[in-house]
Amino acid sequence: MEGEVAQLALMGKYIGAGLATIGLGGAGIGVGHIAGNFLAGALRNPSAAPGQMANLFVGIAFAEALGIFSFLIALLLMFAV
Amino acid sequence: MIVAFAIHPMDQFVVSRWFCHDDAATPINECTTGIKWYEITNVTVWMAAAVLVIVLLMVVGSRGRAMIPSRIQSVGEMIYGFIYKMVEDVTGHDGVKYFPYVMTLFLFILFANLLGLLPMAFTTTSHVAVTVVLALLVFLGVTILGFVKNGIGFLGMFWVGSAPLVVRPVLAIIEVISYFVRPVSHSIRLAGNLMAGHAVIKVIAGFASLAAVSPVVIGAVTAIYGLELLVAVVQAYVFTILTCVYLRDAVGGAHH
Repeated sequence: MEGEVAQLALMGKYIGAGLATIGLGGAGIGVGHIAGNFLAGALRNPSAAPGQMANLFVGIAFAEALGIFSFLIALLLMFAV
Repeated sequence: MIVAFAIHPMDQFVVSRWFCHDDAATPINECTTGIKWYEITNVTVWMAAAVLVIVLLMVVGSRGRAMIPSRIQSVGEMIYGFIYKMVEDVTGHDGVKYFPYVMTLFLFILFANLLGLLPMAFTTTSHVAVTVVLALLVFLGVTILGFVKNGIGFLGMFWVGSAPLVVRPVLAIIEVISYFVRPVSHSIRLAGNLMAGHAVIKVIAGFASLAAVSPVVIGAVTAIYGLELLVAVVQAYVFTILTCVYLRDAVGGAHH
């Protein structure tokens, strides 16, 4: 009985870690959205594009951070819980 | 059939004593447990290596101070000029005073990332314990600087003047939360990116134990290595530019 509970907890841990990786899809959508819109804008006005590179990277970094959080939760479930 | 990894992909992040050998060959052995703060570990060695490379590049390499720079000096000048322009562009003229700190952060993170990519090397920036110190110093520095420069008016940053009065309290709560999440996301982004990248390399390398796919694995590892090279530079850049963005809040103040 004790062993079964431990097995079940282990199963839940792995399933939870797997589910947490779904969050990375959201980060992918966000980063793709930013990069795509940057490219669309840059093709319309190429001369303004180099000045906006910093904003591009800051935007990507903010979008990506939330995906990294889900990766962190997956890691916590795998190794810390 | 379950194909078990011969080496666990997360084993590369285990902190262990330098000049220590244990026959146990498991990640948790005599070399990796009970480490005191003064003991030399792979983390301290690779951090020192990063500092050494920075000194070689920026002090020894640029010692000639030649009008026509040597190759190493021109690399140093390029990095210097790049970061100087970034600080000036993002934080404004008042922020240039803090350029040395931003430059230090950039160089340390860049070379810690790049040295971590060497085979058998240890990536110090893949540890949250390392990056959280860097991020917390930026966070505390910016907060203290903001209050010193703007007095209590620094709190005006949380009160969004351009929003309708009704939503301002709600926005203030969100702004306060996002302000305190800054050091978390700032550090986790760097550590997470580096750790994920290196783990991916090891996971894919682990598939090489199947002889049939091993040629594909070599190509894949090479490709991901190239990507990781890009990530190492971009994450150093992102960390520094976010430092500049946070610094702008403190130096420029909220009301401009």
